[in-house]
Amino acid sequence: MEFIFYFGDVFSPLSFLLLLGGTIGGLILGATPGLSPTMAVALLIPFTFHLEAVQGLILLGAAYTSTVAGGAVSAILLKIPGAPANIATTLDGHKMAKQGQGAKALQLSFLASAAGGIFGVLLLIFLTPLLAEWALAFGPSHLFWLAILGVTVIGSLDSASVVKGLLSGCIGLWLATIGFDDIMGAQRFIFHPSLGGGINIIAALIGLFAIPQVLTMFAKGRRTSGAEVIEVQKHSVLDATRELLRRPRALGIGTITGSIIGLIPGVGGQIAGLVAYDQTKKFSSEKEKFGQGHSEGVIAAEAANNAMVGPSLVPLLTLSIPGSPTAAVLLGGLLIHGIFPGSDLFDNHPDVAWTFINSMLVGQVLMCLFGLYVAGLAARVAQVPQSVMAAIVLALSVFGAYSVQSSMGDVYVMACLGIGMYFLERFGFSAAPLVLGLILGPIAEANFIQGGMIADATVGKSAYFLTGGLNIFLIAVVVASIAYSAWMELRSRRYTTKEEAQA
Amino acid sequence: MNRSQHILGSGLVFAVGISVAWISYTQQPSEAFLFPRLIASVFAVLAGWTFGKAVMGFSKVGSGVSRTMFLNMVPGLAVMLAYVFWAAKALGFYTATAIGFFILLSLYDPAPHSEGKSWVRRALITAVFVAVMYGLFAKLLSVYTPREILF
Repeated sequence: MEFIFYFGDVFSPLSFLLLLGGTIGGLILGATPGLSPTMAVALLIPFTFHLEAVQGLILLGAAYTSTVAGGAVSAILLKIPGAPANIATTLDGHKMAKQGQGAKALQLSFLASAAGGIFGVLLLIFLTPLLAEWALAFGPSHLFWLAILGVTVIGSLDSASVVKGLLSGCIGLWLATIGFDDIMGAQRFIFHPSLGGGINIIAALIGLFAIPQVLTMFAKGRRTSGAEVIEVQKHSVLDATRELLRRPRALGIGTITGSIIGLIPGVGGQIAGLVAYDQTKKFSSEKEKFGQGHSEGVIAAEAANNAMVGPSLVPLLTLSIPGSPTAAVLLGGLLIHGIFPGSDLFDNHPDVAWTFINSMLVGQVLMCLFGLYVAGLAARVAQVPQSVMAAIVLALSVFGAYSVQSSMGDVYVMACLGIGMYFLERFGFSAAPLVLGLILGPIAEANFIQGGMIADATVGKSAYFLTGGLNIFLIAVVVASIAYSAWMELRSRRYTTKEEAQA
Repeated sequence: MNRSQHILGSGLVFAVGISVAWISYTQQPSEAFLFPRLIASVFAVLAGWTFGKAVMGFSKVGSGVSRTMFLNMVPGLAVMLAYVFWAAKALGFYTATAIGFFILLSLYDPAPHSEGKSWVRRALITAVFVAVMYGLFAKLLSVYTPREILF
């Protein structure tokens, strides 16, 4: 119950102001189609340099939580999900809005988001210390396999093609080796002076997540958002709360599904929302109402996508393995302040760890309170032409990348990686495993070298890295995740081929 | 997406993979390239597999870049490249941002070019945005950016 001692720190004036700003800003950014939560958090990182580590994390955590919830606004009022996590919300939320129940749908979505989110953060609070303690038993070989596991799980589960997902992870791991070698001081892959210091993670994150979005907006050409905001009538929050309480099954299924999916690295909010929606429909006595503007659909989807936020940080804060691309960006936010997740975080920086986690709990309540007031404004922002959004994101990316080390080299790296990633994405590659490779590469290499030295002095490399219960378990999970994803890919391809044949 | 785009994309990745593997196995000191060698081997094998699939016409994932998309994107990409690789340093960040922002708005804003009102609106949005960026980065965060002309 250590977290209780740090609750007061969340309410220090600057921390609370950042939490409030991050929440409101996140709600607006989340409602803007094309601005994903990951990109929003990546663009915010440069603003945290001048803050204390804990304050920076509060801002990033608030933005993460509220962008996921804010995406429901455009999903309900514009039929455009603000983020992939809100796709399931669109199915019933927009129908409700068209039937004149827009305010009710928004209220239900924010209330369900808060309920799911609070449960998810409580899970984070109680699971994290246990796992962090367990992580103390990890040696270099286990940490090496954990880093590889982080890349392969996201590479295989988060990509449409397993091979291209794993290849993206390899590209990320290779990019992480650019620069001077830590032990020998040798130059590695320095093709340009800008790469002398290696690839700066923050500049890379901004480039990989923001620039492809900018180019995607350019590729759409001159056009308006094409979406009309549905006006909302007043609706009592009390009635919405009663409605939520009358639907405990949808809320329960959404919350539990989201929490479980959040704990699995690489699966993400989009899946959480859709699986929860599907399961709630299966167990509902009003199946026929789903897709027609049923409140249970909104409750299940929103409870799930916010419930996954807290648990998705469990592997990050305990084992340094980000469970999602946004968690990877948060890891970047921790590393720039010289803080490494794991037992070190809870032993040496408990104030940072617990204040951050507590702020996410308070942030859920603020998000629910402000969500309804900001919804109207957020929906208007979502109508801003893509040309304006693209130009704003591009300028923010350039300034953000430059401000990391006041270096034009970082801006060039950001732009090159971003443009390259846009084309790679068009060919079926994915940014998430590449980012994971880039972030986990140094951890994997350091433990590979350290483990190699221990192995040379003891049992030999093969025995050190490939034997032992935990090593075998981790290798088995790596193999299983790849095999499962490959099987799913083959199955879906066969299914598609059959469907095509029938058509 | 047509096969040639798949071949071109995966071919480039394969070329990078082979280059990385070649450098990793030939550069000295070899101890410094121990981990890159491990990564590069997997990288080259997976890239070869992807390239092989593309050549055989089995690549299915990825929708490529259509002609319309490419033509839509080219002007914006050109402005982006000029802004990042030349103007930001040569003209100064804020001047380059103002010019780049205004050009991008003019290129992609759906409002008609024939109306004077649209141009005034674009100029106003640009001015407000650059003022906000200046306040945020120069004043609030004290980031010193290259300032060659104007500010």
